[in-house]
Amino acid sequence: MALTNRDILHKYLRHNKRFPHIWCPGCGIGIVLGACLRAIYDTGWSKDEVVFSSGIGCTGRAPVYVDFNTLHTAHGRALTFATGIKAANPKLKVVTMMGDGDAVGIGGNHFIHACRRNIDITAVIVNNMIYGMTGGQQSPTTPRGALASTARTGVVEQPFDIAELAVASGASFVARTTSYHVHQMEKLIYRALAHPGFSVVEIITAAPTCFGRRNKYSDAVEMVKEQKAMAIDVKKAEGMGFDERRSRIVTGVLMERDAPEWTRTYAEEVRGESPAGDSGNSPGETTPEETK
Amino acid sequence: MSGRPQRELLCQGNEAVVEGSLAAGVRFFGGYPITPSTEIAEILSVELPKVGGTFIQMEDEIAGIGSCLGASLSGAKSMTATSGPGFSLMQELIGFGCIAEIPMVIVNVMRYGPSTGLPTSPSQGDVMQARWGTHGDHPIIVLTAASVLEAFHMTVKAFNFSEKYRIPVILLLDEVVGHMREKVLLPADEEVQVVNRVKPEIPPDWYKPYEVTNTGVPPMASFGEGYRYHVTGLVHDEMGFPTQVKSEVTASTDRLFDKITRGFADICITDSYQTDDAELIVVAYGSVARSAREAVDQLREKGHKAGLFQITTLWPFPRTSLENTAKVARMMVVVEMNRGQIYREVWRVSRGRWTVHKVSGTDGEMIAPQMIVDAVKEYGQWR
Ligand SMILES: Cc1ncc(C[n+]2csc(CCOP(=O)(O)OP(=O)(O)O)c2C)c(N)n1
Ligand code: SF4
Repeated sequence: MALTNRDILHKYLRHNKRFPHIWCPGCGIGIVLGACLRAIYDTGWSKDEVVFSSGIGCTGRAPVYVDFNTLHTAHGRALTFATGIKAANPKLKVVTMMGDGDAVGIGGNHFIHACRRNIDITAVIVNNMIYGMTGGQQSPTTPRGALASTARTGVVEQPFDIAELAVASGASFVARTTSYHVHQMEKLIYRALAHPGFSVVEIITAAPTCFGRRNKYSDAVEMVKEQKAMAIDVKKAEGMGFDERRSRIVTGVLMERDAPEWTRTYAEEVRGESPAGDSGNSPGETTPEETK
Repeated sequence: MSGRPQRELLCQGNEAVVEGSLAAGVRFFGGYPITPSTEIAEILSVELPKVGGTFIQMEDEIAGIGSCLGASLSGAKSMTATSGPGFSLMQELIGFGCIAEIPMVIVNVMRYGPSTGLPTSPSQGDVMQARWGTHGDHPIIVLTAASVLEAFHMTVKAFNFSEKYRIPVILLLDEVVGHMREKVLLPADEEVQVVNRVKPEIPPDWYKPYEVTNTGVPPMASFGEGYRYHVTGLVHDEMGFPTQVKSEVTASTDRLFDKITRGFADICITDSYQTDDAELIVVAYGSVARSAREAVDQLREKGHKAGLFQITTLWPFPRTSLENTAKVARMMVVVEMNRGQIYREVWRVSRGRWTVHKVSGTDGEMIAPQMIVDAVKEYGQWR
């Protein structure tokens, strides 16, 4: 019998960890973490086989609250650790949650190379378009002209499009949604987890304190309403010109394809092992363990 | 890896590092090529898959060490190898390994100069960086080797110490040792003493990943073994959860140092040659120790009471062994391929008991025995 949301949270949140969490009221990071937990529940993976990792930032604090093998690395380096974890033990299900600065600022090089390697890790990227933890400095995804504590007259550079960067770099599953679209978020994360290869889910996330305030949003609700208005399904965005696409939030699955996964390819081609391996993140391959 | 026999090889120091790592049970290498360390990566890319291990060329050295720390959490003995520029990039994550207590081995085959320097010339310029390169107070273990055979044995030691004390261990080789070829007799695998990290045997519910134990080193579970715990670079309590509580902060930092201090006698490896009656002690390490030994012989032939104190464990600095060796010494001459990094340590330890001089090789060339003999003559302070 499927568990309720409350039961799922109860199952996966750490009971020996001192709460409350560090996030501001209205911040979307918790919404993303909740969706991750429900998606992980749907895979049927046991808590023991999941590695939940992160870098540094408000988003980076997520792992400490959840009852998996958890790892809070250094700023930008989550994917390097995750790669070692997965390469050394392909049976582990490795999920990495990163902020935008973490993923494509300081960690940008690791990000594109993880995409290129197509190693079976799921990267959930909380793109709040700002450096949250450090108080609202511009990030590589802050929109041109938006205000930040280090861009008082508006950001001069153009932003990265994380999902398109992932597609171009070779990630074999790439999707995007927003913190408004909670249901879609959960489904996309589930598909990313189930996908055997490097999978990316970018979530445009409301950060009322560090982005909203300075950019004249009255509250988090106004921010998610704007996300709803800006979102356009990837199919509807087909044929749009570059500028028009960039003025919207293109949501849905941007890329899904079969491609050689690193750990399997290494095992077969380099170690010469027979291609039996059930080493991928295929869901339901292990029985879920009892709720504690 | 079951059973490579005893074997005689003509090989480089870098190859001996590979042999040593395999004897110690390495199962993961993540790194980025750089002269003069590249052979280590190249050979392991061939050898690791043969033993069921994994080699991965990462996008830079930060990723190299990050992947090793991750692999070690998965339970694989991990190693990376680099030289100065790459070693500089690794510094932040060396600190991560120290505070999160993750075993791994970092080989730095030192090249000359800051920045790109002289990529193919030897140096010992990274001694202080190895000690203090990552930020914040932290303990570290740094080993070196003077010969190809020592490169083998010290690689094994590096793995053993990292596993035993749950700490990244740095093996500093100079380019001469890395690239020099010597005939070596390597022991059979079963003759090599291998230490593995202690694993928890208690039920997962009782497990405290950073508990204060008798040895100061808490047992380490691998990810996936049923002990779901938290690993972070933040200062943490016994559960691994971040803390700012003063008493917990002090306790966790103290334990990091304490475990190394307790292991001091085990960790500090040195060798004394002709020192019993020595009034003059030459202090050296790495390839320079070979020249220094020859210089001591030459000085003895001329009637001088000279001896050699060879350092193999650079950090923690083997202060006690140096003091014990220097019973009748009046003068120390520290010979190294830098402007005096260990010289400062010896001077610090001397506390006025001996005069301390240095011989610095700072031109990217080896230090020849004659250079040491000449310098010692110049100092000419012994009777
Ligand atoms: C090497 C390094 N540089 C800078 C920092 C300071 N720092 C911590 S978090 C952060 C940015 C966080 O922004 P993001 O990654 O987008 O995550 P968010 O807090 O928005 O979730 C920075 C610059 C650091 N911890 N390490
Ligand atoms: S500072 Fe910003 S990103 Fe961090 S919790 Fe608050 S709103 Fe969220």
